Amino acid sequence: MSMAPVKLWDFHGGIHPEQNKLQSTTEPSALAQLPKKLVLPLHQHIGEAAEPIVEIGDTVLKGQKIANANGYVSAPVHAPTSGKIIDISEHPIPHPSGLSALAIVIEPDGRDAWVEYTPDQDYSEKNPSHLRNIIREAGIVGLGGAGFPSFIKLNPGSQKKIKTLILNGVECEPYITCDDMLMREDAHSIIEGVHIMRHALQAEECVIAIEDNKPEAYESICKAAAGIAGLRVALVPTRYPQGSEKQLVQVITGKEVPSNGLALHIGVVCHNVATAAAIYRAIHLGQPLISRMVTITGQAVKQPRNLEVLIGTPMDELLQQCGAEFDQIERLVMGGPMMGFALHEINLPVIKTTNCIIAATREELGLDRPAMPCIRCGACADVCPVKLLPQQLYWHARAKELDKVQEYDLFDCIECGCCSYVCPSNIPLVQYYRFAKGAIWTQEQEHKKSDQARERHEFRLMRIEREKREREAKRAKKKAPRPKTDTAKPPPVDGAQMADKMRQEAMAQRDSAEAARKTEIQAALARVQAKKKDAAPKTDAPVAANSPTPAAASTQASTPTSDSDSSADTATHKDHEQSQ
Amino acid sequence: MPFNAPTSPHQLAPTSITRVMMLVILALIPGIAAYVWFFGWGVVVNICIAVVTALSCEALILKLRQRPVLPFLSDGSAVLTAVLIALTLPPLSPWWITVIGVAFAIIIAKQLYGGLGYNPFNPAMVGYVMLLISFPREMTSWIPPNELADSSLGFIDTAMFILFSTLPDGISFDALTEATPLDSLKTHLALGNTVDEVRAQLGLDAEASRVLSVIPIFGAIGGKGWEWIGGGFLLGGLWLIYTKVISWHIPVAMLGSLLAISALFYLIDPAHFATPMFHLFSGAAMLGAFFIATDPVTAASSNRGKIIYGCGIGLFTYIIRTWGGYPDAVAFAVLLMNMCAPLIDHYFKSSVFGHKK
Amino acid sequence: MLTAILVLSALSLVFGLILGFAAVRFKVEGDPLVEQIDAQLPQTQCGQCGYPGCRPYAEAIANEGAEINQCPPGGEVTIIALADLLDREPLPLNPENGAIKPKTVAFIDEQTCIGCTLCIQACPVDAILGAAKQMHTIIESECTGCDLCLPPCPVDCIEMVEIKQDMLTWKWPYPEKPIAQKSTPDNPLEASA
Repeated sequence: MSMAPVKLWDFHGGIHPEQNKLQSTTEPSALAQLPKKLVLPLHQHIGEAAEPIVEIGDTVLKGQKIANANGYVSAPVHAPTSGKIIDISEHPIPHPSGLSALAIVIEPDGRDAWVEYTPDQDYSEKNPSHLRNIIREAGIVGLGGAGFPSFIKLNPGSQKKIKTLILNGVECEPYITCDDMLMREDAHSIIEGVHIMRHALQAEECVIAIEDNKPEAYESICKAAAGIAGLRVALVPTRYPQGSEKQLVQVITGKEVPSNGLALHIGVVCHNVATAAAIYRAIHLGQPLISRMVTITGQAVKQPRNLEVLIGTPMDELLQQCGAEFDQIERLVMGGPMMGFALHEINLPVIKTTNCIIAATREELGLDRPAMPCIRCGACADVCPVKLLPQQLYWHARAKELDKVQEYDLFDCIECGCCSYVCPSNIPLVQYYRFAKGAIWTQEQEHKKSDQARERHEFRLMRIEREKREREAKRAKKKAPRPKTDTAKPPPVDGAQMADKMRQEAMAQRDSAEAARKTEIQAALARVQAKKKDAAPKTDAPVAANSPTPAAASTQASTPTSDSDSSADTATHKDHEQSQ
Repeated sequence: MPFNAPTSPHQLAPTSITRVMMLVILALIPGIAAYVWFFGWGVVVNICIAVVTALSCEALILKLRQRPVLPFLSDGSAVLTAVLIALTLPPLSPWWITVIGVAFAIIIAKQLYGGLGYNPFNPAMVGYVMLLISFPREMTSWIPPNELADSSLGFIDTAMFILFSTLPDGISFDALTEATPLDSLKTHLALGNTVDEVRAQLGLDAEASRVLSVIPIFGAIGGKGWEWIGGGFLLGGLWLIYTKVISWHIPVAMLGSLLAISALFYLIDPAHFATPMFHLFSGAAMLGAFFIATDPVTAASSNRGKIIYGCGIGLFTYIIRTWGGYPDAVAFAVLLMNMCAPLIDHYFKSSVFGHKK
Repeated sequence: MLTAILVLSALSLVFGLILGFAAVRFKVEGDPLVEQIDAQLPQTQCGQCGYPGCRPYAEAIANEGAEINQCPPGGEVTIIALADLLDREPLPLNPENGAIKPKTVAFIDEQTCIGCTLCIQACPVDAILGAAKQMHTIIESECTGCDLCLPPCPVDCIEMVEIKQDMLTWKWPYPEKPIAQKSTPDNPLEASA
């Protein structure tokens, strides 16, 4: 081979956890059995959930689109086999929350009949945006685990020049071997996919990065990539989290992706090898993303291996196929042990981002280690690939000091879990960071909402004041009808001033609120009794609406901003009725 | 089938506080062995008393603070503190010295500040300094190494003396004790003698002392036995660095700065300043560098911070040893730098990935 | 003697000028305190704090020394933010003002509604749409969940519905307190309680 060795850079920190990859690579990959039903969540990717375009009872063909992308950052969903739509409703989905979400359920008819599709061998003539459109319509998202719609990452934008396309075959997480298997068995598809991606991005060069614990995959890819100009294969020393995009970009190019920026900004685009193979199938064969390679492993699985699985296949059927001992499973993890999440149930469907299912036993996990206080040993800072100070982040996140965690650059954290892994005190550091991130997002949303509420409230106070003035002016007009004066015209209204005035009045009224509250309670009691007596709403409605006592009293008590003058209040009421 | 679903990572390194503490204690063994070889069984008796005291104090306070007792007792941190204090005490200290020192360290310096992970000062050093200030006579009554001593005690006799102050017939306590090399050096230098004269008085002829000052590690004025104990701790410390239990930053910075400043003054005036090797292999320099200054709870945490912190300890040690009121100074130096650790941490952060440098 | 007086006078004049210039040049248009406090409050205008709205409560905190722990909708986050802003000790929520409840929005049972407009007048943020004798409905995105529309309704047709959590709104919870963790200062509010 005439390939020049790729110069590699280093990244900070990282760990060498036990690999546990050999178990699932002893046998070649196989096809998963066709399940009894397929559950296809509409939200399998980053972005908006897809919108169903089929109805219960419809029959669909393999590869037929059953849900449309909703917005730019979204992806459509296709039927993985032919069959009948038997349900569109909320189903438990693989998500750390254990919540349910809308999903389409297909009952396979066993024919596995393809929808008509159009292979397109000659993509090189095509406009890159046309290619992106096909990839988008094929529902392809990043298959490395994140699930970001791939066509977006194949769009270099108008002014950006892409220097390097990095194909991520690193697979640094322990246990996972699906990319390894794919590279061993189907290097051809990957390399073909690379050509399409390079064409779409107009990238100068491409580097395929593979960790040195996958020599077979490296051999296979090298063989397939031999003699292709501008395409190099890099064998990188095994270290977690090398497969994280930012770290891999640093290892291959020596450049740091700017904080809250994208690799694109430094002229690099990173895609997973499995995504490349899926893109090849979408363009060359016209087949959408309906299946993927999934590693089924863990000590509770007797024959750990890789399976080519239809999206939507329930995990328990896969585990069964691999001889899992269900009573031995202590924890079921989707993804790798470092960044994957534990599932709440066993019968969840495989989705586009399911790269690995670990059925772990109790011994395997080494559970029941109590979290001890931090001894400031600094092991976390030594392994942090982003060079954060996990200790400081932990102290502030634990104390819920949301502004301080941001001072320590919480949002640069990639949640790789290295800090938790090495912590001698077994502190769940990553969860503290995730909590803090969530709390900050919630806080921001609530701030937005409260600003909106404030605006509306102030506007309301201003409006009430204006109405009152107008009414008074009208009354004055009636009392002393004078020919043409401009005093009746309300002065220009300043919202904040009005609001202040209203508030002062309201504060004066505060003391009387106590008494009013009592009346309110009595009124409520009376109302409940009345309701009990007569269940029909029509009969008691006019009474309540017209009688001023209970209604007016309660309005006054509970609307802090209402006027203290009760006659004015009823007037407002009437005024409203007229105006609306 | 519902599972409990905790957060990732689902795989953890085989590490724990207990493991870290136990490795540190294990690494102390060569030093302790040298100690026993040169100064008799006293140190072993002291360690036993100290460990028992530490565990009971820790358990008592945890109970009073309504904290789970077992996880904290088994973390090994109290045992390590106890062993470190015992190693700083004169081998024939009466039992109550050990008990008071350890109790003070565990109760006041550790638990009252919030227990493991929350103490700003190194508990062992707080205990030692308290003893040194409160009981100066007991704390400076060292015994000479076995080969220089007129008489030495067996294990039973040592234990009897420590516990009940009874000595076998014909041996008096004064006959057993002698000042440490650092102490006598200080005294003699204060009297205006030169280093060579001190050597001579300690029973070495001028010829031997000149040879020894060329190869000072083996020099008697490192203190007979002391250089071996220092060597033992050095060995254990290197093993800790090799097994990545501690990082090299603090020991290297501390010993390096101590070496540099003592070499500087030795070159300026060899008659009135001890050799660099003497400083490195006397007193608690080695023990301090590898086992005390590296206590993560009270040290600086970033790597650059650790280097500053270690240098500070080395410099303070030399300054207090040479011009201060006490013969050895590692404890004071460590406590002084403990105070600076938060400040150091605040100013020496590494630049975060992806941020402009 | 005279020189000293002259020098000192000259100096004071120069420094006075510098200070005066600095005062004008670097004048801080600070947010008044009330605005800053108001910005931290959730603006539900629910009155659970005992004041007729969020701004009056903000004024009371700033000027009358009201406690910072009287806002149940804001909950812990607001208390910590206020404590930070005002440099006061965080306090646990005063139970007299109510308990922290899950976020809700009002829902009008349109079958029962008689179109009396009373709830429209009660709503502090104009989040109810409707006219006399016509059924009303809630603008869900504007509703702050303040409960103020409940009491005036003569037919009890308004219900507070908990906002359902979905995949997008779900957030990782605070880690459970582990066995050996110190139990107190996990939470500044519990610690000072």
